[in-house]
Amino acid sequence: MSEDQTITIEIDGKAIQAAPGQMLIEVTDAAGIDIPRFCYHKKLSVSANCRMCLVEVERAPKPLPACATPVNDGMKVFTRSPIALAAQKGTMEFLLINHPLDCPICDQGGECELQDISMGYGSDISRFVEGKRIVKDKDIGPLITTDLTRCIHCTRCVRFGAEIAGIRELGATGRGEHMTIGTYIEKSVDSELSGNIIDVCPVGSLTSKPSQFKARAWEMLQRDTIAPHDSVGSNIHVHVRRNELIRVHPKDNESINECWISDRDRFSYEGVYSDDRLTTPMIKSNGEWRNASWDEALAMVVTGLKNAGADIGALLSPNATVEELYLAQKLIKSLGSERIDSRLRQGDFRGEAPSYPWLGQSIESLEKVDAALLVGSSIRKEQPMLAHRLRKAALEGAQISFINPLELDLNYAAQQLVTTPAGMITELACVAKAAGANGDLIDQAEVTEVHKLLAEKLKGAANGALLLGNLATAHADYSIIRSLATAIATACDLKLGYLPEASNSIGAHLVGAVASTGNDAQAMLETACKGYLLMGIEPGLDLWNPAKAANAFEQADFVVALTAFRSANLEAAADVLLPMALFVETSGSFVNAEGTLQSFAGVITPSGNTRPAWKILRVLGNLLEVPGFDYVDTTEVLAEITQATSALVPNNAVSNQVASTEVRTAKNGLQRIGDVPIYALDPLVRHARSLQKTHDAIPAGVYLNAEEAGKLGVTEGDNTVVVQDQVRIQLPLFIDPNVPNGCARIPAALAGVEQLGAQFGEVTLEKV
Amino acid sequence: MGFKNLPMTTVKPTENKESLFSEKVRAEIDTWVAKYPEGWQQSAVMAALRIVQDDNAGYLTQELMDQVAAYLDMPPIAVYEVATFYSMYEHKKVGKHKVCVCTNVSCMINGSDKIVDHMEKKLGIKLGEVTEDGKYSLKEVECLGACGGAPMFQIGTKYYENLTPELVDSILDGLE
Repeated sequence: MSEDQTITIEIDGKAIQAAPGQMLIEVTDAAGIDIPRFCYHKKLSVSANCRMCLVEVERAPKPLPACATPVNDGMKVFTRSPIALAAQKGTMEFLLINHPLDCPICDQGGECELQDISMGYGSDISRFVEGKRIVKDKDIGPLITTDLTRCIHCTRCVRFGAEIAGIRELGATGRGEHMTIGTYIEKSVDSELSGNIIDVCPVGSLTSKPSQFKARAWEMLQRDTIAPHDSVGSNIHVHVRRNELIRVHPKDNESINECWISDRDRFSYEGVYSDDRLTTPMIKSNGEWRNASWDEALAMVVTGLKNAGADIGALLSPNATVEELYLAQKLIKSLGSERIDSRLRQGDFRGEAPSYPWLGQSIESLEKVDAALLVGSSIRKEQPMLAHRLRKAALEGAQISFINPLELDLNYAAQQLVTTPAGMITELACVAKAAGANGDLIDQAEVTEVHKLLAEKLKGAANGALLLGNLATAHADYSIIRSLATAIATACDLKLGYLPEASNSIGAHLVGAVASTGNDAQAMLETACKGYLLMGIEPGLDLWNPAKAANAFEQADFVVALTAFRSANLEAAADVLLPMALFVETSGSFVNAEGTLQSFAGVITPSGNTRPAWKILRVLGNLLEVPGFDYVDTTEVLAEITQATSALVPNNAVSNQVASTEVRTAKNGLQRIGDVPIYALDPLVRHARSLQKTHDAIPAGVYLNAEEAGKLGVTEGDNTVVVQDQVRIQLPLFIDPNVPNGCARIPAALAGVEQLGAQFGEVTLEKV
Repeated sequence: MGFKNLPMTTVKPTENKESLFSEKVRAEIDTWVAKYPEGWQQSAVMAALRIVQDDNAGYLTQELMDQVAAYLDMPPIAVYEVATFYSMYEHKKVGKHKVCVCTNVSCMINGSDKIVDHMEKKLGIKLGEVTEDGKYSLKEVECLGACGGAPMFQIGTKYYENLTPELVDSILDGLE
């Protein structure tokens, strides 16, 4: 029987069309017929171990599990017949034998699959009089609470780990009555997608630790919004009780995040309640910070901006909404300045940049690639949901290769070429040459067997992709990497794509919150402006070269910061702090990696005296008497944006491929790899308490491989002095076998490295 | 447990497998690995655990299970699952002679309780314990499929059937 044929089966007397090979439960789910189930999950393999979905099938001697019974032409199924109901009720009775009656104190109570189904299939009295089993709870990390006495052994969490997260951390050890879910040894669950096991758990065994005992399911209101961190734009439900955020759940969107979200998107909401929140405007007078009224602070900002005039630079967070970025650039342009940028961690602005860079294809289509080369991307930690799509492709046989300055911990087999920052350029040139491209750097390249094989693999792909990640963007020779990558993509007929860093990196291009070369984020810090406007950033942590930025801010007459958080570093730089609302406190839109614009409404009222950034900018526009700043809400702003940019479509093409071939990165000396760890991406996630306790929240330090550490004569735990551009700071040393020779991984965006220089560049280490 | 994407091997195969186990143990495991298709070496996990257990005076440790996982390129938890599921894998020290006494239906009806009582008194230990000199340990097991000779127990690879207290004495005393 061919794939496109349909067959007809009869369920409860109704004729229903189905595709051959489908499981019964898929057909009933699509037809809206309810069959109770615990272990079946549409995205996971079928284990058929809970037996709750037993149904009667004509001519079958016993009830059959709907999740593991393939449909057959002419099959007659009864889901509510006496035999089916007796089987389901019998299963329910067994499942409840060991389940505690602690629903009143269980976080799952009220939204529990077991509780719901027991209402329909459970008996009011248990015939089981023997002792119930008790299972000791395990500590599996700061994000997930376990209460394993409640476990019904559906193994969804175990299958999630193996099939979706791609690492087996949880397992079912023991047997029969003694079977328990856990890690067996004392260990935390460290996957960047681990929070999803809270959702797949049908009972209260795995619940959210940060929101434990905070609210009952029926007290909360569900609001929809968009996750504000990476460029996936995962759709999320935010659960709110009395204007307080309780938790975040994924909202199904097959084309973006399926039914999952990353831990960063799930637990970062805690940052909203950080003690560092700025709740009132503040002014620095005579070096002392004091609280101020909005009127006073705004008046000071207006004077400051007027004095700076056309010599003002704006550094805007790429996590800000489309509307905020649009208003900010409109305001700055009205002052006569073109110095507006949100590509804060880009290392190189030479050459022509694509007008509206994007992923180059839809998020969904990433799982259909048959070969991909990722350059400078730690995709699993940078865009976890995109990594999940790529992993799906890899499991289908796609050949994935990486050219990176760090070896990655991957959850699928891939080829990794790990080399120094300068080596990345050489490797790319070699691959380009092997693929038959020409160019200055390419012609000198010395091709080896590895490059030939890789080029062949890429050329042979019918649907190949070349993706540039965050580490490529931050590379001091990004423009060269980009042009070499374009050469390879053209020679091998690959879809070139960018893996944007932040939730609105692409939206910033849409509204013109990126400057042309010469006015860019680096140029405006290289030669100091008279005034600066910072929005949503911590200058020591969100900029490519914090040392240079600190200098520029010191020389400037006036720095105003719209910020949600206070930090010593920001207070050193700024003259006025305006408290800004965070993502759940404001409405707006983000444009994700595939160019989809998603709008959202505010969920809770802004805390304290904070205001949404778009309102602050609107008022500044009014005070500066800029025409056309009379917006009532963000939809008006968006309407104006849509009108102005309707002709703009994502486009990775550049007219002039010939970029500078002057390589800045030195081949010798110790090179810094300043990656941004997963939980250091933006101010909100840096203030999320529980995420900062996870395994992935690494401390600031110098990460060297054993060989490099040996050369320096230092060992793990020693302190070392890092010298970069005359700045000296002391950092602890860690041994990290993933760092190549000639490199020191000194992650950026972590407390302790605010004084250091560029994310990529030469450093020297000294023994203390 | 079966997953969508079998075989679930670790992404990075272990290097220096020669550093794991003795040459003899490795050779024995390899004969089992060879029975399965290329890339499915984890199918040999049960045999590997048995071989390693036999080599370690009859019991497994976490280190040994981790080594088996490394040798077969499996996630450690997958090995823990197997090793805790089957009752013939031991996770605590056992005696030189592990007496596995059946207390299942047929043996129970034929007086396995008396046999257990007798052995407990004779050796001065309870079920699940080891004698102080490490010579004997007692273990309660489910049906070993020798109901025709109930009550029975197993020591090593040998079945002893139709037990009586006197017979038990002579069997146990006869062991070195």
